[in-house]
Amino acid sequence: MAEPKIQNSSPVGESTPRIDAREKVTGAAIYTDDLQFGNALLYARIKRSPHPHALIKKTDVARAKALPGVKAVVTGEDFPGYIGLYLQDRYIFCRDRARYVGDPVAGVAAVSEEIAQKALDLIEVQYEALEPVLDPEAGIRPDAPLLHPDLGKYVVAGFIYPKAGTNISNHFKLRKGNVEEAWDKCAAVIERSYRIPHIQHVPIEPHIAIAKVDERGEVTMWTSSQSPFAQRNLIAQSLGISQSEMRVISPAVGGGFGGKAGVSMESLAVAIATKVKGHPVKLRLTREEEFFTAFVRQGLSAHFKMGCDKNGKLLAMENCFYWDGGAYTEYGVNIARAAGYSCTGPYEVPNVKGDSYCVYTNHPVGGPMRGFGMPEMHAGLEQCMDELAAQIGMDAVEFRKLNCLKTDSILATGGKIHPIGLEECIQKAANAVDWGRKSPASAPNKRRGKGIAAMWKAPAMPPNAGSSAWVELAEDGKVNVGIGGQDIGQGAFTISAQMAAATLGVPYEWVRVAAPVDTRYSPYEWQTVASRLTWSMGNAIVNAAKDVRKQILDLVAEAWDESPDELDIVNGVVISYKSEKETPLKNLVIYGLPNPDGRGWKGGPVIGRGNFMPKDVTGLDAETGQGEHGVVHYTTGAQAVELEVDLDTGRIEILKGVAAFDVGKAINPELVKAQMEGGLVQGISSALLEHLQLKDGFPKNANLVDYRIATSSDIPREMQSIIVEVAQDDGPWGARGIGEHSMVPTIPAIANAIFDAVGIRLEGPPFTAEKIYLAMLDAGIVK
Amino acid sequence: MAFHKINVTVNHEPEQMVVPSNMTLMQMLRESLALTGTKNGCSAGECGACTVLLNGEPVNSCMVLAAECDGANIITVEGLARDKQLDPVQDALIQAGGVQCGFCTPGILISSRALLNRNPSPTEEEIREALVGNLCRCTGYVRIIESVKKAADMKPHQT
Ligand code: FES
Ligand code: FES
Repeated sequence: MAEPKIQNSSPVGESTPRIDAREKVTGAAIYTDDLQFGNALLYARIKRSPHPHALIKKTDVARAKALPGVKAVVTGEDFPGYIGLYLQDRYIFCRDRARYVGDPVAGVAAVSEEIAQKALDLIEVQYEALEPVLDPEAGIRPDAPLLHPDLGKYVVAGFIYPKAGTNISNHFKLRKGNVEEAWDKCAAVIERSYRIPHIQHVPIEPHIAIAKVDERGEVTMWTSSQSPFAQRNLIAQSLGISQSEMRVISPAVGGGFGGKAGVSMESLAVAIATKVKGHPVKLRLTREEEFFTAFVRQGLSAHFKMGCDKNGKLLAMENCFYWDGGAYTEYGVNIARAAGYSCTGPYEVPNVKGDSYCVYTNHPVGGPMRGFGMPEMHAGLEQCMDELAAQIGMDAVEFRKLNCLKTDSILATGGKIHPIGLEECIQKAANAVDWGRKSPASAPNKRRGKGIAAMWKAPAMPPNAGSSAWVELAEDGKVNVGIGGQDIGQGAFTISAQMAAATLGVPYEWVRVAAPVDTRYSPYEWQTVASRLTWSMGNAIVNAAKDVRKQILDLVAEAWDESPDELDIVNGVVISYKSEKETPLKNLVIYGLPNPDGRGWKGGPVIGRGNFMPKDVTGLDAETGQGEHGVVHYTTGAQAVELEVDLDTGRIEILKGVAAFDVGKAINPELVKAQMEGGLVQGISSALLEHLQLKDGFPKNANLVDYRIATSSDIPREMQSIIVEVAQDDGPWGARGIGEHSMVPTIPAIANAIFDAVGIRLEGPPFTAEKIYLAMLDAGIVK
Repeated sequence: MAFHKINVTVNHEPEQMVVPSNMTLMQMLRESLALTGTKNGCSAGECGACTVLLNGEPVNSCMVLAAECDGANIITVEGLARDKQLDPVQDALIQAGGVQCGFCTPGILISSRALLNRNPSPTEEEIREALVGNLCRCTGYVRIIESVKKAADMKPHQT
């Protein structure tokens, strides 16, 4: 057999440049607000509740309607359908009741934003203020005011357990072994409580949607979205149309972090557009609205109790979480679930009692945010691990290594964990900060400390979240990849091209991704969430590219009268190892190949399809949380930091931040590292700076001056990202996700380092200079 | 509403515009000239996504009135590349992998170019300082800072 003339160089595992970099650096990339709609465009503004909790007695829109330039005014009366992802608990506009400051009560479309804004002042709403629920633990008391008296009637996913007649919209229970008996056997036990405040995603591009309804009632929506298909599903359902009557087009997304998943404000634009057919209606959230009327990250009140034997082996955990879910928890209920089944952290624990409650409060709507409950949950858990290690006299790294999940460890939900590189991540993160060595502070008024934290996170999604892809061979031999997953900055389009190129045997540069994602032309994808695209959509792309490859090889084999087994595609050329014949892919579509007998030709466009649905996910028992294979997999890892505390000011400076994650296989190592860096800084930001202040339900700092996010001056002097690769058996090339994980262990790693430096712990982030200074004063560390 | 006639040079091209007195420079660029590379992240001078060069100085274009720009020379992200050749700050940002969602990118590039114009070999500290008004939620800034160092080492070209 002839030697292959050229070696296939696979782009998988290479740090190929981003497919969208050039258009982004030249200003050519089109984001939703950049689309031009001409003179028919109308502008929408939203009238919002000024009360955290109130009955709506009467709404009068007559004066607003009469204002010249106003084209439509809508209220909840116009839209009776419920909407929601896991629990249909909201209307598009409030109908009888407003449940948070900012709850939409009416909408206006007008010829300019100014007129729409003016019209809002002319809408008169009479409220009857009700007592608000402002804390999740207060919200579960029997005498708490009820936010959703109809909770028992709402449509709900089978794995969510709301309790009618209460404010509890989900209660997840995990029961394993016997915790009560285990406490006696423990040589050390600690009990701690933490409060994690609300924060917001703060994408630099605020939410935006433009909707248009044509004469037939068909809807088109342009929006910055992580979930074009889920949005069309949910909005169509709420409006009583079918999915194919709605089309969602999503251009480039200027940051998502979970906030642009599901439906938050998009349904408002569509609802208003139904009243002004033919006109595109643009709704763009102001930065202020972005802070509290799209999604926020839920607050958390967490209680941990854990114990270990004299050798440091964890024996029991009893953890209870109360999620401040906000006014509507259609998405948040699943965050409570995810935190519930993950409540032990990445450790083997024989006796577990876990309870995770999602509670309605009169706060902004809690929704998915990078980490989906895990950063909040780990914030306390991983501090407890340090404290327990200290109590039993063990080093925090050794303690974690002893207890962490290893391949085939038994999970608290039952079943075994897949091959996993967590121990390696912990060790490598520790080594990178010279663990165990105290380095001197940079000045006499400073104290230095090191901290570490580990994590795990599974893609939290329904068991049937599907992906699909098509791959098309074009006339010039180049390749188009159609996907419904979105590039929200993480690089999904780039790795899609890498995977298609590698599977097919063409250079990376030959692959285009068919963007923007458009539900009319793009194949179905559940949502761009849960760090699931590389794994799930990646599998679909590989399947589609294999399909194309097979079609091409079959076709050429027939034309050459050879077996497809002798053929290969190398660098875009079909070659035969047997006959040494070759033909470039560009010959196939327009020209084709003549049949061996001289009669007729073979060829034409080749289109392959592929899909992927998780194979063997089982449910989890409602009473015990037990199930053989409750989630598809866990990505695990660790972060370590070294920092200095300024004794004069309480200010913290992060000197070094290290991340080590087991990504299975890095399809594009530099993109993986970029996720680790970005996540670490977002984590630092949430640990040191961020807190959406809600005073009696009123947001107090809804702007970028009073709500600070990390700037270029807040980042560590030094950062290091370590890739660990223990292959995922059902991942493409062994890959699993990394997008969210990179901000999960940051808060506790910093908290543990602060303790190492000055011996104090706070109830929760942000660890502001003021809070640190006061705590040091309390503890007598400074005077 | 009063209107003003202004003459400006935008990305090396002279333009004559009639602008309402409350129109910001950002609106003029994005809406009247369809130069949508300049981004709107807050309309309040807090995020830096709308940064442009106004007579060589980086400004938040959402905080500048268009009417005040008579006679001004304005460079937006679209004006950085000349004759299809990328500005070194653009090249370097691609090479360093400092682009993710890309929404902060135009503002970052303009601030980087402004820095290198006044200080061709900045220190790490000076780079961090120069970018402090440009929020980026995706990258953690590391690769962006790296890219400015890289660009400083590249052969400058005329802007
Ligand atoms: S849009 Fe101008 S600073 Fe944010
Ligand atoms: S790349 Fe997304 S905000 Fe900077």
